[in-house]
This record gives sequence, structure tokens and C-alpha cells, in this order.
Amino acid sequence: MNQFQYVRATKAQAAIDVVAKDPNAKFIAGGTNLVDLMKRGVVTPQKLVDINRLPLAKIETTGTGLRLGALALNSTVANDAQVRAQHPLLALALNAGASPQLRNMATVGGNMLQRTRCTYFYDLTMPCNKRQPGSGCGALEGINRMHAIFGASSTCIAVHPSDMSVALVALDATVLVSGPKGDRRIPFGDFHRLPGDTPEKDTNLEAGELITAVELPASPFTKHVHYQKVRERASYAFALVSAAAALDIDGNNTIKAARLALGGVAHKPWRLTAAEQVLVGKPATEESFRQAATVAMQGAKAFKHNEYKLRLAPNTLVQALKTAAAA
Amino acid sequence: MKMQEKHIGASMNRVDGHQKVTGAAKYSAEYELPGMSYGVLVGSTIAKGRITGLDTKAAERAPGVLAVVTHLNSPKVPGFKPVGKDPSQPATTGGPLKVFSDNEIRFNDQPIALVVADTLERAKHAARLVRAQYAKEAHQTDMKAAAKDAFLPTSAQKNPKSPMADYQRGAADALQKASLKIEQEYVIPTEMHSPMEMQSITAHWEAPDRLTLYDKTQGTIGTRRDFAREWNLPEENVKVIATFVGGAFGNALHSWPHESAAIIGAKVVNRPLKLMLTREQMFTSVGYRPYTWQKLAMSATPDGKITAISHESIGQTSTYEEFTESTLAQTRMMYQAPSLSTRYRIAALNVGTPIWMRGPGEATGAFALESAMDEMAHLLKLDPLEFRLRNYTDQDPERNRPWSTKYLKECYQMGAERIGWSQRKLEPGAVREGDWLIGYGMGVGTFGAHRGSAHVSAQLLPDGTAVLQCATTDIGPGTGTAMTQIAADALGLPPEKIRFELGQASFPQSGSQGGSSTVNTVGQAVQDACLALKDKLRELAGAGNPAFASAKKEDVALASGYLTLGSNAAARVPLADLTKQPGAALVNVESKPTGNDGQQYSMYSFSVHFAQVAVHVLTGEVRVRKLVSGADAGTIINQKTAANQMKGGAVGGIGMALMEHAVIDDRYGRYVTKDFADYHVPVQADAPAVEVFFVNQPDYHVNALGTKGIGEIATIGVAPAIANAVFNATGKRVRELPITPDKLV
Ligand SMILES: Cc1cc2nc3c(=O)[nH]c(=O)nc-3n(C[C@H](O)[C@H](O)[C@H](O)COP(=O)(O)OP(=O)(O)OC[C@H]3O[C@@H](n4cnc5c(N)ncnc54)[C@H](O)[C@@H]3O)c2cc1C
Repeated sequence: MNQFQYVRATKAQAAIDVVAKDPNAKFIAGGTNLVDLMKRGVVTPQKLVDINRLPLAKIETTGTGLRLGALALNSTVANDAQVRAQHPLLALALNAGASPQLRNMATVGGNMLQRTRCTYFYDLTMPCNKRQPGSGCGALEGINRMHAIFGASSTCIAVHPSDMSVALVALDATVLVSGPKGDRRIPFGDFHRLPGDTPEKDTNLEAGELITAVELPASPFTKHVHYQKVRERASYAFALVSAAAALDIDGNNTIKAARLALGGVAHKPWRLTAAEQVLVGKPATEESFRQAATVAMQGAKAFKHNEYKLRLAPNTLVQALKTAAAA
Repeated sequence: MKMQEKHIGASMNRVDGHQKVTGAAKYSAEYELPGMSYGVLVGSTIAKGRITGLDTKAAERAPGVLAVVTHLNSPKVPGFKPVGKDPSQPATTGGPLKVFSDNEIRFNDQPIALVVADTLERAKHAARLVRAQYAKEAHQTDMKAAAKDAFLPTSAQKNPKSPMADYQRGAADALQKASLKIEQEYVIPTEMHSPMEMQSITAHWEAPDRLTLYDKTQGTIGTRRDFAREWNLPEENVKVIATFVGGAFGNALHSWPHESAAIIGAKVVNRPLKLMLTREQMFTSVGYRPYTWQKLAMSATPDGKITAISHESIGQTSTYEEFTESTLAQTRMMYQAPSLSTRYRIAALNVGTPIWMRGPGEATGAFALESAMDEMAHLLKLDPLEFRLRNYTDQDPERNRPWSTKYLKECYQMGAERIGWSQRKLEPGAVREGDWLIGYGMGVGTFGAHRGSAHVSAQLLPDGTAVLQCATTDIGPGTGTAMTQIAADALGLPPEKIRFELGQASFPQSGSQGGSSTVNTVGQAVQDACLALKDKLRELAGAGNPAFASAKKEDVALASGYLTLGSNAAARVPLADLTKQPGAALVNVESKPTGNDGQQYSMYSFSVHFAQVAVHVLTGEVRVRKLVSGADAGTIINQKTAANQMKGGAVGGIGMALMEHAVIDDRYGRYVTKDFADYHVPVQADAPAVEVFFVNQPDYHVNALGTKGIGEIATIGVAPAIANAVFNATGKRVRELPITPDKLV
């Protein structure tokens, strides 16, 4: 690992100032992703600004919903009574990720900003436009079992690995950030980016911007929710495909509202608004779920080794919906 | 002779369990020596070609760096003969890689430099600064493409009697003529041993001609021989210490380049040097289960008698070293097939050399054979267990001689009961629970009950403790515990009074821990040494007490501090008298098979594995709900550690069946799976309750203890049991492992 400086911030503005001015500085929260990447030489910051002492770990119910501090731990959020009561889908998604040890270190902000697990991104000897713009995409013609079926570009076909983010995009969350130019709110769906010509940019966060919180609007999805994660073993693996489903079902088994998203299929958590529309007003039956899944898959495109995702993704969505409806 | 067995068979706790769980057990990377230096290997980034330039300046100038060793400055290793440079020999028989001896690159991540520094962190950092230029050549890492150039191993070319040579019995055209037949191809991907403990070595030149190695190895004697040869040293000048080994599964049965490199580095800096591979390097540097293609054809009569089998296999090896394994052994002897042929080939790729991985070739071969048995049973509309019973062999059809013992039928019956085999439906896809399809499958395993030669010393100390020593290692099965139990019974001492010392080449010699042979071999040597010690004590007692001089050794006993004579209550000699003179009460025994049982009988352990799986109808996820693993492994020395072996082997089989596959991007000849995020081994949630049972019938043809060995059969046959259960659940036959969701959805 390269030598680097380490500073501990006690004030948000001070932390922002340092990172905004120095392109080689980075915030560090739980460190579970950043330190791994540094050890492998994938990222080489010269300065780490430790934000763990900033007062950003609170989980609180506000007038409009629930606010999760950016430094709230993944395990704390998953076990929080307010979260479990108001947004059980989020708790399910968090608990499907990583391991208890990691969730005890990982933060809300860090989780959203974790980098792709694409093997070409990790291996310094291989091409990767995300790691080294212009070097090419190793996965495009390489081993791409794990890669995107939606929204990929010729420069990058990597997927975003976060489980938590799949639930957050489905639940219409908003990201609160503070930066050198002040505060702003970013709808979760606009937070992560598609690769386009700049796959090195995972998100629309600007230099020096600090995530302070994530807000979730009050929602009716407190019962019929499910996070279905399909992976190569029963636990502790990244998703091949995952699906978040939240339904509001009335007494006649008619769907009043739906929120759907897929993970493991795109460069960002993949919200399925068109498929949600298909469900509204329909009975909560497997047939309706199938119709939604068919709409959800419009525009999907597979590469050499991930063609199975074209079948697995809709099936996973149907399974998530079935389980949500029965919950 | 028959002992009074008090401790053999008991579920004794591990003698070193406390040390292991408290961290007191020292593994090879945990020895601290004054002046220690730390080595980190730099690997090549191409798979084939030559190094044309090396820039080590930045690394050399980095803080704390003591040396950067490369092929340009490495001291000559006297025992290195150039690889592949003898034109009279095939290039593939060059033997282990001779690290830093030339500029040739033979596989990706081949060590090209060793950076040595005063701390590990500094060595790691400097290792990143080494730059190399290459003249690349076209490499081959794709087995599908290389299979056309597969060849008969050189050993079999030279020796037609080699087990790797082509085999034929009965009619060569039996399959052609048959009408009821199947023919299928099966593939096992490359799998990694993935032990918890990474390979590590501390090399210490105590004098210019004296070398001490704290090394992860399964064979201290083999390691000593290899490195004594490399440096032209008398063997007694090389000490090898491997008191604890944190799992290996076969990957420490070979001497690897990182070991040679550490010894070279220690010589260069003239300090002890510690080198531990990273997890990433474990994927390229210490062997693997080779990718293997197989084709199996089988014919049968309508009433379920196999008439012929042909089984071909091609396994991968490196371009410089031929690795072979017994992929086809089980096929030749397991079922009564009058006509049978096997054909074994290897293909050389630009990869490191493979090495036996638990259950080795037999586990690979059993996937094809036991899958094919299931396919044939399905074609015949027969229960697969019934089909196996109809082709059961009461004697070895390969060598036409009796089995030493075989209780496989008993295993079938006991296992079928435990899994609830009667609930299995003949038609696949017939049982559904909610969104899950339920299926049952079985697979059979066998492995030779090997016994070699081992030396063990036994000494009675004045405090009444018996100390036994042997160079064997314990890579996890609980060798020290089993040996303590055997010695306790043989000496008639409580286990607390036995100390079994292992893991040093300076101890009496034994083979490596591998091939399920340690209890058969070392266990018997321990028993023999203990009996010899008792006789020695009788002889010593006889000097002052004529009753002992003429006594039969069977009548002598150690009891509460005395040597006693069963037939003569008055005769007793204090043990303290016999141990007074240092070294008097010491024996050193060599124990090996005698007589011709080995020629008269075919000796094998057998296992059967029954799996119940659930397959999700929509996502294709497979969950093993229950595994029943039973073994005919002869006498069970310790129920607890033996069951532990079976469970570990079964979980390894789950990995093989459902998730393990190492993948190379052939464009670069480089693994894309090189950590546990990309290469999955089972986690706790993947392991169901494994129900283990043993027939526990002794086989006295193998040895006087009656043991046959467990380690390999614990894994052999598990993967096909699961694959067959998946078929029974879904009607989908997966012939290329692992059975990941993408293959079922
Ligand atoms: C073995 C393993 C398995 C895993 N499995 C899963 C899994 O199955 N599913 C899953 O979803 N995840 C998984 N993860 C990833 C894990 O969830 C992330 O590592 C974790 O969430 C990152 O959080 P952190 O606080 O440790 O982030 P850090 O590592 O501290 O930071 C990550 C990035 O975010 C930036 N950052 C952090 N906080 C802020 C902030 N407030 N504002 C601006 N920038 C910030 C940092 O600068 C850095 O670039 C796994 C990780 C490991 C190591």
C-alpha cells in the first residue's frame, strides 16, 4: 500500500473542505470497501479523511418520513425498530448483504458508494475503463457471467453490487449531501449513473460532496414486501440477480401501488417503474406478476456468459412478488 | 493380535484441541526468529514468453528493502537442473519449476522476483514497484482447445503396466453391439484446495550448510529430501518443522516455487526469511484439482446388468511437469462389467502444475461414473440403488481376486434407511413443496486402503509418560489424537500418559499425510512400537527378575507404576527401575506390510452418500437439505474425529457439486477468480446436517488394527449424489460442474 495521510474530521465542513480541495483525498467511513481497494492498489488516495466522528449516525422519524444518518451502520439500520416498522424492505435488503461482521462496520453512505465487484476492475494487469479510463473493458469480450443486462455501454458492463441501494431506489429515497457549494437533495434514482462514456464515475456526487443522510418518504409498504437475492451459495455472496418488491394490496387482493427494483443487472440499482404501472389495479396473482416481469425485461441485452440473467431476472422478480404478496 | 480396546473407537477429544482453539498452536507463519526478514513474491502478468527487462530499482530503493531476487541475480541453486532443456526427454517431464533460474514464463503469476524487506508491509509495498517487460508468446490455457493435443502420460508410455495406461477387459466391441446404452460427456472445472491456512515458510540458514525450515507441508521427509537435493546438502543438515498444519487437502504434498524462493532469499540476505502466500497467490502457486473432461459410455441388459463400460478422461497439467491421478480407477473395479475399457490422457497448458485435491482423481472419475449409473438406471426405469445392487461385485473384477473386506451392501442399506430412500420417486420432478422441487440421489466412493512403511520411536520416561515420535504430519484429521488412543490401548496406559510428537523431519521417518494412509501406516507403527516397548521393558525387568525373562510379552502389563505379569501376581518391577538409565526404555520400530495379503486381496475403503436436495422452480437455487454419508473404512479409531472427516469431506463435495469453479480468461491466460468473493466455497448456511455412519468392521488384511482409511472416500461420490438428486428433483441432468443457478433456471 502507498503511504497516505490520515486525518480525523470533527466538523463536516472541515472534512468537505479538505476533500473538495484535494483530488487525492477521500472520505473514509467503515472502510470495508475503501481499504480493500487500497490494499490492492485499485485506488491510491494520498489522504484519508475519517468521518466516523461526525454526528451523522442518527436514525430519526421526521415530519415527512424517516431519515437515516449517513454514518448509521448497516446492522443498526437493519435492526432499528422504526426501519423495521416503516420500511421492512430495507431491513431485508441490508440483511441479505455481506456478513454480520461487515454490516457492523459498513455505513449507509459507504454502502451506496461501494465500487463494482467486476474482476477486471480489481486486477491491475487487466484493462478496465472504470479503473483506468481509456484502457478498455475487460469484461465486454471476457468472462461476463456477473455482468449487466440493462443500461450497459461499450465502455463498461459492470454492475453495482449494493443490496441496500436496490431497496432504497424502490422506496423513493432521497440522498442529502453537503458540498463546497452547499447542500442539495438528490433523488435516489438519479444518484447512481449509467456508465455511458464515463464509467469511472459511479454517481453524480461532485468532488468534496459528503453524504449526510438518506430520507425515506412515509410509505404504505409496511407488510407486503420482499427482497429476493439469488446467489451461488446460501449466504455471503454478491447477487447474481436480486429483486426488491413492495406491494400495497387492498382487501379484494387488488394491487393499489407497487415498487419494484432489480439488483445485479445494471451499473445502478434498477428501478422498474413501467412494471410497477402494470401491476396497479391488477389482482395480486402470479399471472399479474409474470406480466410485470415481462415488461420489466424490455430492453434487456445479454453478453456471452450472462444470458441466463434474461431468465433469472424475471423469475426472481416474480418470486419476490409472490413472497411479498403472501407476507 | 487382539488388544483389549479401551480407547480405540472412543469419541476422545482432540489432544491438541485446546491449543488450537486458544491460539497456542503454532502454524508455520507464527515462528519468530531474531533478525527475521520478510519476502513477497512478484508474479508474471503474462502466461507464456520471456522476461526481456526487469526494473527493480524503485523496489530496491524503497524503505527497508534488503534485496530483490530475480533470475538476473539469484545465486545458483546447485540442484536445479534446467527445465525442459534435455531434448531426449519430453518437455512436460521437467519436474517442478526452478524458480529464478531462467527468464522463461510458463504460467501467469509465475514468480519473477522476490522482494525481501525488514517488515512485511515494506516488502509488500516494494513488490508493487517491480516492473517487467516481456516478449509475449501465444499461450494456451483453454482445455477445450488443448484437448486435441492430449497425450498418454510419459509414465504410461514407458510402462504399459502403469495404472495410467490404456485398459481393456472383455470384448472391445461390446458397446458397439449393444442396443441399450448411454454415452455422455462430463466436465469438472478447475477447483482450488482453499485451506484456511495459506502456504507459508520460514527459511533459516543456521550455517552455510545447515538449513531449518518451518514449512507448511504434508510430508516433512519429502520436503527435507527435496530441499536437501536442491542445495546438495546431507539430509541431516536440513530440519523441517510442521507441527501444525491448518488444512491442506493435498496442496502441501508437493514442493512449490515459493519454498525454493524463500530459501534462496534467506541465503541472499543471510537472515531468516518468512514468506506467506496471499490468498490470490494461492490460486496460482500451489496446485489445484485439474479441469477434467470425461466421456463415459455404458450398456446394459434390459434387466439391469451392465454389459460394458468405456470411460475416457483428459486432465490438465502444466507444460513442464506431468501430473496424473487415478480418475479411472473406480470405474475399473466398482461394478461387474464384463467388458470395460479406460483411456487416460493429459493435456499441457500454460498453468501451474495441478496436485491431488481431496478424493483426488477418484472424486473426479466418480462424478462421471456415478452420474452415468444414475442415467442408466433412469433409462432402465430402475431404482438407482437396485441397479447398483444388480451390478455389485463380490470380488475385484479388475484383478480377479477377493476383496480384503467389503461392506458396501451394508452401507447401502444403512444409508438408504437414514435418508428415507423409499420416499424417492422413480420419475423426476414428481415431488414439490411450495416453490421447491425435492429430489434424492446417491453416489458411491472408493479408495485404495493403502499402507506404507513408517518408523516410530517409543520411550518410557521416568515420570511414567510414554513419548512417541514420528515425522508424520497432522493436517487436521486428528492424527495425534488417534495415535494417542492406539498407544494407550497398546501400552495399557491412560491417554494422559501418552505424548505423541509429530511434524518434524528429524523424528523417525514416515511418508506424507495423504491418500488416506496415515492411520493405516503410522497407526500400525505406533501399535508395533508400543508392543516392542513393552517387550523391551520385559527384557529389562528380566535382568533382575527371571519370571520376566521367560514371560510371554502378551502377559506383561503396565499398571500403576509397575511392570506386572498377568500369570504371576507376585512378579512386579517398579517402572522407575527400568527407566533409570537414560535411553534404556526406548525402541525405534519400522512397521510395514509383511506377507502377501497385498497380492492376494484387493483392499479398498468404500463409501456411499445419499443426498436430499431442494431446487427452486424459479431461481434454480439448489439447497442440500440432508446428506447421509456412510463408510466401510475398517476399524474406526475415534468416532468423533472420523465423523469430523466425513462431514468435512461431505461439505467439500457440496462445494464441488454446487459452487466451486476457478475460471481463466483465456485471452490473458489469467484467473478471474482469485479470492473468496469470486471463488465460492460452502459457508455454514450451505451445509446441512450431515448424518454419518460407519460399518466399523475391521480389515485385518490391511493391518492388525483393521483400519482402511477415511479422508478421501468422505468426498468421493458426494458430488454425483447431489447431481443425481438434482436430476431426480427437476429432470435436468447437469454434466458440467458446478450446478449453479444459471444451469437450472
Ligand atoms: C467480503 C465482503 C462481502 C460483501 N458482500 C456484500 C453484499 O453481499 N452486498 C452488499 O450490498 N455489499 C456487500 N459488501 C460491501 C459492503 O456493503 C461495503 O463494503 C460497505 O457497505 C461499505 O461501507 P463502508 O462504510 O465500509 O464504506 P467505506 O469503505 O468507508 O467507503 C466506501 C466509499 O464511500 C465513500 N464514502 C463513505 N462514506 C461517505 C459519505 N458519507 N459521503 C461521501 N462519501 C463517502 C468513501 O470515500 C469510499 O469511496 C461486501 C463487502 C465485503 C468486504
